[in-house]
This record gives sequence, structure tokens and C-alpha cells, in this order.
Amino acid sequence: MSTNNDRVKIKASNINFYYGQTHAIKNLSIDIHDNKVTAFIGPSGCGKSTFLRMLNKMNDLVPNTRADGSLLFDGQNILERNIDVVGVRKKVGMVFQKPNPFPKTIFQNIAYGLEVNGVKDKEFIRKRVEDSLKKAALWEEVKSRLHTSALMLSGGQQQRLCIARCLAVEPKVILFDEPCASLDPISTNKIEELILELKNFYTIVIVTHNMQQAARVSDYTAFMYLGELIEFDKTSTIFTVPKQPKTEEYLSGKFG
Amino acid sequence: MKNKIYQFLGFSIITLCIIITLLFLASIIYLIASKGFSSISWEFLTSIPRKSMTEGGVAPAIIGTFYLVIGSIIIALPLGVACAIYINEYSPTGYAVNIIRMSINNLAGVPSVVFGLFGLAVFVNFFGFGVSILSGSLTLAMLILPSIISASQESLMAVPYSIREASLALGATQWQTIKKIVLPTALPGIMTGVILSIGRAAGETAPILFTAATFYRRSYPNSPMDETMALPYHIYALMTEGTHPDKQVAIAYGCSLILLVIVLLISAFAIILRNKYRSTYVN
Repeated sequence: MSTNNDRVKIKASNINFYYGQTHAIKNLSIDIHDNKVTAFIGPSGCGKSTFLRMLNKMNDLVPNTRADGSLLFDGQNILERNIDVVGVRKKVGMVFQKPNPFPKTIFQNIAYGLEVNGVKDKEFIRKRVEDSLKKAALWEEVKSRLHTSALMLSGGQQQRLCIARCLAVEPKVILFDEPCASLDPISTNKIEELILELKNFYTIVIVTHNMQQAARVSDYTAFMYLGELIEFDKTSTIFTVPKQPKTEEYLSGKFG
Repeated sequence: MKNKIYQFLGFSIITLCIIITLLFLASIIYLIASKGFSSISWEFLTSIPRKSMTEGGVAPAIIGTFYLVIGSIIIALPLGVACAIYINEYSPTGYAVNIIRMSINNLAGVPSVVFGLFGLAVFVNFFGFGVSILSGSLTLAMLILPSIISASQESLMAVPYSIREASLALGATQWQTIKKIVLPTALPGIMTGVILSIGRAAGETAPILFTAATFYRRSYPNSPMDETMALPYHIYALMTEGTHPDKQVAIAYGCSLILLVIVLLISAFAIILRNKYRSTYVN
């Protein structure tokens, strides 16, 4: 399914994904647009996180998995066998469900992505750390304690740190896997504001269990059920006049 | 009411077990300290033995034990950590790993005197290192290897998968992730394994019996190829050989006390190192 004429950043065609015998994603095709927020909703186990993790090759780490179809990222099929996995992950950042800062200082957390990519210039790193923390709306809260452990931050701050860490390597796409699942409403609100801010510069894909969240932050919404993409449209359309009865049932809380 | 009585009984028994265990420890320390303390003097600690072991000091044995412990840790630590990384982070299939894991567990079950014989056959004779600190350190290293591997492996396993994912998702390679994230996080746990091994290496007699130790030596060892005196073997020799048991037994207790203190000191140093590291990196 494709929608209108925004520039397509990621084009998935006939994607299938298997965990051993389990067919987790069934023949999924979707266009993900540049500088937009695309939300994936659906009940647990519907394949939305699996699809998200295909986009930065994180499923490669899971044994006994298999994928087919074509997943074009800026025209390059990243499902091909000889793809540069590390290169893809640099371009497609990810923020995980539970904040997962490294047991290092705040500064080291942000600088890490640059260091593993061979950046040596101390001043450049320092500047990039500051910029990333500012973009993630965390700078004011941590600027006086950059060299203390990141584990001392609150859950919401840790999640913004993880976003800053991701921004520091300048990805093109940022994947959010239920980023607010373990956060309180105020922290959630901050992350949502941040996502709306970030979409001006990045392509964003978010998986969420929270339908209101999808409605608030996304431009496009995809509804998945049992491994299939049931409906994909502008968020405003999906939440007001869904075409599929299944979508309507899910949105009205009949199952999920 | 009945449950309360059972609870009281249960906790009482547990408390009793703790008291018994602590009593063992306390009585060992008391016995060694009270019998050994009279032998300890500055001369005892710093000079070489005289008059077939009945006078003078045991400095060469102290130095020898120190060298053997350091040597075996230097050999076993990198080997053990490398094995643990292979098993935990890198191994290709489940089947191969199971065999490797079983082999390592078996290594842990080998009696120490068998390690001693193996060291004699392989390091002393086959490689021609002779009876030396090198041969002794290698043999002790084999002895402590399994505990270093399992401590390292457990602490690697305790590193949350989520931070490995975070590292990989930033475009780090698996090797960078292991080197910069997983190992530093696991280091305090690995250090715990090392601390336990220090006591083991310092105290074992059988592995150095044929590979490194000599009863009597007038000078300090000055190369890894030298044979050496060592405290555990010295204690053994004092108690079983020689012609002046009256004097020798007191010296043996003195040596035991020194051995205890050395193990405590090296362990304390390692613990301080570990805690310092933990507080900088983990908290």
C-alpha cells in the first residue's frame, strides 16, 4: 500500500519474516516517507517490532531467522546477503523500549557512537555531545554533571540520553520501539514533543501500544494484525474513517 | 502459631550454621596467629634461612610465593577471559559450546597433584623449562583457569543484552561492543574470580611440588627460570623433613601466618581495585 506523493525513504515490498517455523511477517508492503512520523500499532505479537528491527538489521542477531522480499533504503535493498550491516545501522538509529544507557558517564554515552566510528578530534566530539544533548532537550538538566554516571539519571532522562546518543551519529532514520513503555506521563510527554521536533530533520518510525500516542505524534499510521498489514493511511484518516472493519474494532478497543 | 514456631526453628538453625562456619574461621585464624606470632620478626621476614632451616628467615619463600601468584595470574587471566568471551559472545553453535563447557568443568575437577605431574611432564621436561618459577606459574595457571573462566563467563552473562543492542545499533561492530562495552561492564565480576584464584594459587602445594619448589635456597630467585622456595611447600617440608622438629614446627606456623596475610593483602588490593573501578564506571 502506498500513500500520496511525499518522498519515499524506505520502500518495503512483499516482506516475509520467519522465526524458525513461525511466520511473523506476512507479505508486507509499505512506503515510509522522508521527514514524517510513521506509527505502527497493533496487538502484541502482530509483527510490528519485528518489522521495525528489520529496518536496522537488528534481527540478524537472532538465530534461526529468515527474511525475504525487498526492503529498499534510499534505493538499496538492505535484505541482500552481502549488505554492510554496520553501515546500515549508522544510518538507521534506534531507541529501545527500556532506556539502555551504557554504564559510563553521560559524556561517554554520547561520545561512544563517534568513537566507534573513528572520530578522534576531542573538540569535535565535545561539540557534538553538547549539540546532541541540546537536540534531545537534556542539555540544561545535565550540563553541570556530564562526567557523572548516566545510570544516576531518571528513567525519562535516560531515555532522552538514549535519543541524544542516537542523534550523535547523525542517522537519517530513527526507529522508536515503544519508547515510552516504561515512562511516567510527564516523561512521555517530553519524549513526544521531542519526536515532533525531530521529524523536521529525520525520518521517524515508531512502534507503540498507545493509540493516543500514535494519534498525537504520527503523520501516517500502519495497523498490523497477526503478521499482516491490515491498513496504512494518514493518521488523521485511520483514526477517523478507517476503511477496514478490523482496524475500527482495534481502535475502539474491541480487542488488543 | 505453629507456622511461627517453624519459622523460629528455621531461622535458629540457619543462624547456628553461620555461627559454626564463623567459628571455624575464627579458630583457624586464632590458632595460626597464636602459634605463629612468636616466630615473626623483622629478621624472619627479610632474611634467608640459616642452619638448615632452624634459624634465619623465610624471605625467599615469601618472594617465591609472590612471584608464583603473580605469574600464574598473568598467564591465566588473559587466557581465561579470552575463553569466556569465546564461549559467551562468539561461539558458533550450541553443540560445540556444550563440549567446550563440559571440558572446562572437567578441568576444574582434576586433582591438583595431577596438575603437578602434568606440569612436570610437559613444562619441566617436554618444554625444558626445568624446575622453575615459569613451570610452576604455568601449572598453577592451569589450576586456576577454570575458576577464572567461570567467573568471567558469569559476569559476561550478567551484562544486559540491551546495552549490547544499543552499541550495535549505533554502528559499532561486535568486536567494538565486546571491547568497549561488555568487557568493562563485566570487569568487576572478573576481578572477583581473580581474587578467589589468588588464594588458591598462593596456597596450593601439589602443583608446585615437582615444578617450581625447592626446600632450601640461599639466594632470592632472580629469573623466571630459577627454582624457588615457596611458603606452602616450605610449610610442608618443615613438617615432614629435617632434624629439628621442635624448632621447625614453630617456623611452619610462622610461615602459615605469613601466607594468610599475603593472601589477604593481595586480595585486599584486588578488592580495592575492583571497587574503585566499579564506582567510576558503574555508578
